Amino acid sequence: MLTFITKRIGLALAIAALSVTLLFIIIHLIPGDPARTMLGPKATPELIAEIQARMGLDKTLPHQILIFFGNMLQGDLGMDIFSNRPVATIVFEQLPHTLALIFSAIAWSATLGIFLGCFSAVRRNSLADRLTGILAVSFIAAPAFVIALYSLLLFAVELKWFPAIGAGTPGDIGDIIWHLVLPSFAIGLSWVGYIARLVRASMLEILGEGHVRTARAFGLPEKWITYRYALKLAILPTVTVIGVGMGFLLSAAVFAEIVFSRPGLGKLVIDSISTRNYPVVMGSVLVSTILFVASTTLSDIVNAILDPRIRQAK
Amino acid sequence: MGTDILTIRDMSIHYDTPRGTLKALRHVNVNVPKGKIIGVVGESGCGKSTLISSIIRLLAPNADMASGSITFDGKELYDLSEDEMRGLRGTDISMVFQDPMQTHNPVLTIGRQMTDIQYRDDKTAEQKKARAVEMLTQVGIPDPEARLEQYPHEFSGGMRQRIAIAMALMARPKLLIADEPTTALDATLEVQIIKRLEELQADIGCSILFISHHLGVIAELCDEVVVMYAGEVVEQGSVREVFHSPQHPYTKALLECDPGHIKKKTRNLPTIPGEIPNLVDVPPGCAFAARCPRVFDECHTKRPAWTQIKDGQHALCHLAAKESVQ
Repeated sequence: MLTFITKRIGLALAIAALSVTLLFIIIHLIPGDPARTMLGPKATPELIAEIQARMGLDKTLPHQILIFFGNMLQGDLGMDIFSNRPVATIVFEQLPHTLALIFSAIAWSATLGIFLGCFSAVRRNSLADRLTGILAVSFIAAPAFVIALYSLLLFAVELKWFPAIGAGTPGDIGDIIWHLVLPSFAIGLSWVGYIARLVRASMLEILGEGHVRTARAFGLPEKWITYRYALKLAILPTVTVIGVGMGFLLSAAVFAEIVFSRPGLGKLVIDSISTRNYPVVMGSVLVSTILFVASTTLSDIVNAILDPRIRQAK
Repeated sequence: MGTDILTIRDMSIHYDTPRGTLKALRHVNVNVPKGKIIGVVGESGCGKSTLISSIIRLLAPNADMASGSITFDGKELYDLSEDEMRGLRGTDISMVFQDPMQTHNPVLTIGRQMTDIQYRDDKTAEQKKARAVEMLTQVGIPDPEARLEQYPHEFSGGMRQRIAIAMALMARPKLLIADEPTTALDATLEVQIIKRLEELQADIGCSILFISHHLGVIAELCDEVVVMYAGEVVEQGSVREVFHSPQHPYTKALLECDPGHIKKKTRNLPTIPGEIPNLVDVPPGCAFAARCPRVFDECHTKRPAWTQIKDGQHALCHLAAKESVQ
C-alpha cells in the first residue's frame, strides 16, 4: 500500500511539473506585453525595458521557467502588477471559497447520485427505474449557469429562502453554509444525474457477476448484497470519475461564482484575464492545476484502499 | 418417497424470450435419496443450469415454472415465502459453482466472506472465525488463519474451489449442489477435489447433486446418474445399471462417445449425428427422435412416458416402455 501511494504521488508530482511548464509556455504565447499593459500607452522604451527586466521577461523562456519553478518551490508566485501584493496571498485568500463550493457540491451530489444509482439498479426496468433515469438525464442536460440563474431567481429573489450573493460573514460557519446552499446546488445538480447513471450501469454489471450469485446462494440478505458486496465494487469507476470531475467542477464554479458574486478562484481568473494581470492568472490557474492533479491522485488512492487488486499490483 | 431429500416431479421451466417461449425444462423427474451422490450428465444447453437454479429458486426473472413441484425435506419449495426460501439457502441447501475465479467477491477478504455467511448463527466473531479456520483445514488449505486475511486473487483456482467447498459445507447442509465444480480445473486438481468432496460427504452425510459432463468423474464419484437431453431427463438409475445397461438410446450414444470407452485406435472420435431440437418450437414426440438410431413412428407423434425399467432405473423412451411390458 505504501509503495503504491509513494509511486502514485511521485507520478502526480511529475504530471504537475509538466502541466505547469505547459501552462507557463501557453501564457507566454498570449499576445500582448504585460509591461506595456502595466505602464499604459505613454510609457517610454527605457521604462518598459526596466519593468521587463524586473519581471524577468528579458531572459530566455527556459530560463524564465527555471526561475519560475525556483520561486514556486519557495511559495513565491510573483507579484500582482496592479496592487503589488504577492500573488500567493491573493490566491490563497480566494482558494477556501472555491474549495468549500466544490467539496460541498461533490459531497451532496455523490451521496444522492450513488443512492439513486443503487435504487435504479435493484429495480431494473421498473417504472421507478425509468423515472429515475429520466430525472438523471435531465439533471445532466441542465447547464450549471442556467440552474444557478434560476435557483437564484426562485429561491433567493422570489422565495427569499437563501441569500443571493456573497460567501457569508467570515468566521460565521452557519452563515457561510447558508451562502453555500444555492451555488453548491447549482453546480452539483448535473453530477447527481451523472453519478446516478454511472452507478446504475456498474451496479447492473456487478449484480450479474458470479460472486453475487454465490452470495445469494448462501442466503445473504439482499440489502447486504447490494450495499456491502456489490456497491464496494461498483463504486470504483465512480471514484475515478469524481476525481477527474473536480476539473469540470472548477470550471462550473466559475459560473456559480459570477452569478452569485462569490469570491473564489474562478472569479479571480476572469477578473485578472480581463485586466491582463498575468501573474495572478498564472498563479490561480497553477493552483487549479495542482488541485486537479491532487484530486485525481486522491481518487486513485481511494480506489486502492477499496480494491486490493489495485493496491497489490506491482 | 420418505428416503428422498429432494424430489422433482413433472417440472417444466419456460423462459420468456423475444423469439418466443423457450421450454428449457419439460416434465422433468429427478429424485435425490438421502446421503447419496447423484450425478447429472448432459451436453451444453440441455437444461442442467436451469435445473440447479430452479432447486435453489434463483431463476432468471424471465423464467416461469409452468408445471410440477420440487419437494425438499418434506417441504414444497415453491410454496415457501421468499424469506423462508432464503433461510434454506446456505444452511440446508448449498452450492458450489463452476468457475472458482468468479465465486468470491474480489474486494472482500476470504475471512470476511466466510464469516458473513454465518450471519444467522448466534456466535461471536471469534467463534465464526474459528469455524472458518476449521473448514479451511478440512479442505486442505495450509495455514488457514493467515489465509483468512487474504483476498480471492491471492489464491489459485484449485484453492478457491476448495474454499468454495468449505463455505458450502460450513453449515452442514442436507443437500449440496455442485455445478461442474471441476470443469475449470486441470486433471490432477480434479482428482484432489473429487477425493476431498467424497471424504466430506461421508463425514457430513449430506446428499450431493453433482453436475458434470465428465462421465469418468460421475462413474467414480456418484451412486446414481441422471441423464438429460434437450430439457428432459431421459434416464435415471444407479451408475452401474445406467453405465452397463443404458435403456435410452441417447444414454447409449453418449456412452459410446466417451473417449474413455473407446478401445480401438481411431482418427475420428464418435459423435451423435444431428442437432438438438429448437426448444422454442419443440417437436411433439420424443425430443431425441430426429437423432435416434432406433426411431419408429410413435416417436414422432407421442411423448414417451417416464417408465420404470427395474427398481430404481427409469427411462423416458417408447422402447423401454414396450420392453418392460413384455
